[in-house]
Amino acid sequence: MSNPTKTSSRDVQDMIESEQISIIQRISRVQALQIVIVLLTIVVIFSVMAPDAFLTVFNLRAILMNTSILVVLGIGVTFVIITAGIDLSIGSVLVFSSVISAMVMGNLGATGWVTALIGLGVALLSGAAWGFLNGFLVAKAQVPALIVTLGTMGAALGLARVITGGIDLYEIPEVMVDVIGFGNLFGEVPNLVVLAAFACLIGGIVLHLTRFGLTTYAVGSNPEACRRVGVKMDRHLIAVYMISGTTAGLAGWMSIAYFQQTSIGGQSLTPLLVIAGVVIGGTSLFGGIGSIFGSVIGLLIPVVLQSGFIIIGVESYWQDVVIGVFLIAAVYVDSRRRQKAARGSGRKPKRFQIGGVQGKSSKKEGIK
Amino acid sequence: MALLEARGMVRTYGSVVALDGADFDIEAGQVTALIGDNGAGKSTMVKILSGTEQFEEGEVTLEGQRVVFNNPAAARSHGIETVFQDLALCPHLDPVENLYLNREIKRSGVLGLLGFMDRKAMRDRSVEVFTDLGATVRKLNEPVGTMSGGQKQSVAVARSAAWASKIIFFDEPTAALGVVQTANVLDLIRRVRDKGIGVVLISHSMPEVLEVADTIQVLRRGRRVATINSADSTVEELVGVMTGKLDEEVA
Ligand SMILES: Nc1ncnc2c1ncn2[C@@H]1O[C@H](COP(=O)(O)OP(=O)(O)O)[C@@H](O)[C@H]1O
Ligand SMILES: [Mg+2]
Repeated sequence: MSNPTKTSSRDVQDMIESEQISIIQRISRVQALQIVIVLLTIVVIFSVMAPDAFLTVFNLRAILMNTSILVVLGIGVTFVIITAGIDLSIGSVLVFSSVISAMVMGNLGATGWVTALIGLGVALLSGAAWGFLNGFLVAKAQVPALIVTLGTMGAALGLARVITGGIDLYEIPEVMVDVIGFGNLFGEVPNLVVLAAFACLIGGIVLHLTRFGLTTYAVGSNPEACRRVGVKMDRHLIAVYMISGTTAGLAGWMSIAYFQQTSIGGQSLTPLLVIAGVVIGGTSLFGGIGSIFGSVIGLLIPVVLQSGFIIIGVESYWQDVVIGVFLIAAVYVDSRRRQKAARGSGRKPKRFQIGGVQGKSSKKEGIK
Repeated sequence: MALLEARGMVRTYGSVVALDGADFDIEAGQVTALIGDNGAGKSTMVKILSGTEQFEEGEVTLEGQRVVFNNPAAARSHGIETVFQDLALCPHLDPVENLYLNREIKRSGVLGLLGFMDRKAMRDRSVEVFTDLGATVRKLNEPVGTMSGGQKQSVAVARSAAWASKIIFFDEPTAALGVVQTANVLDLIRRVRDKGIGVVLISHSMPEVLEVADTIQVLRRGRRVATINSADSTVEELVGVMTGKLDEEVA
């Protein structure tokens, strides 16, 4: 063996050293750090401008509550976008699930926990079913995700309208409204927020610590490589879209607890808001990169902006403008990063391909 | 008896006959080079023997047993791995994650059943594999997409070496690499061979082939036309056999 021990032990040393900064690297790797700084900057600015209105427990609670439902939607969307997919149907699936759930709970007539939990189960199942349909069409029928979910976005909302005749349902179990919608943990933390945080925790654990999560990144990073090592791509994609549907179902159930009614007409912009937040949070539309933590931060930004603008008396429509700028900036940063990565390894092709000009020249040298 | 013997392999693509009754042999602990002009059928042979393509006629035996690989997983379960020309790495995953993609080590107990990975075990084992091969992979936690071509190649080779117990196919592994990186890959190939694995190398570089291969098998228009001992061959001879100019002189 020609490998000097000196070299190999240094290699090992390097490997071990590099592992020790792994946590920090992992965070910066998902680019969430920059976005945390952006969020903190916004918070500081508003706090300075309106010290006794913005940074109050009351206002922070309101911000968190307004973010909760979006964040739950964002969990599933993060998974989907990491696979280089997209899910436009989440708002409609939220509506559909909340309508079915409210109808079942209404028919059960009871107002207790049993009814509420059955309603939860129904909402989750209905969301999962839509997710399955999306995933099946994307993976098996090979229809682009944009089109599939645009289709189910229309279909789910249409069906919800057909079922209800377009009239919102108001018969929601009291416990749900009292405890989920407006209850607090330790008297201060809204249960809605606790529920969303819990869902994020589960989502984050699955994404970052399990084989399923790793496969999700891999599928978005290089589907061909996954196929070659035998990843069951279709099954995985279907599962990922089912996660998105299920979180939309959960969000539907949370929304009827919070609004004390279904919101058939109120969700048309939701998917765009959520996708924007997830992308601002550092999840790459090209796949392979993203984190639940980043998505939470990215989804907090619009809500914080809106709250701050209202408090300092700027028309809150400015929020949309600022978010638009952030969104484009986030995608710009992402695509710059991708270009840099490609250049960094000495090649120019669009997606980290191996081969090209250099290969040909070395081949010729060989034959000479 | 060779480790793997392929006899009378036929594979057509429409009217194109990619393999026209080709034979091929792989010996354990040897580097077998597979050479031939463009379109001779080299890649097709490798794809068939690694399970990514199917043959129409012929017979493959592995250690004397008849085998048919319906998919790459079947070949892999027999200890056969391939280093693809495009490397087939996930650019956003780190070397450890790439090494273990779809074969992750699970935690023990309930956590394992829930799909939790044992990242520490995976990393420790990867360090072992890379050190063992003398591979130049320095950062185990950086996405391979940010690494140099040579490092990516090392990761791809190490992945195959980590999982192969019998055979590794290399389809033009050095085509995209510079001089130093090429030397590194040839080094890796030797180390893999020294572990007793049968290595198959497709390459267009005759000096490279002569340098690293033990035997050289030549394909021409879908048939094996020569098996050459590399120790007593020259670039001129190889080129001659490949193009058919030396037909008469080779058995
Ligand atoms: N998927 C395919 N479809 C059609 N023709 C193919 C395909 N793969 C290989 N061929 C043809 O089969 C022949 C052998 O190809 P290949 O095995 O790639 O040759 P080599 O690797 O020796 O250059 C060529 O004529 C090629 O065009
Ligand atoms: Mg080829």
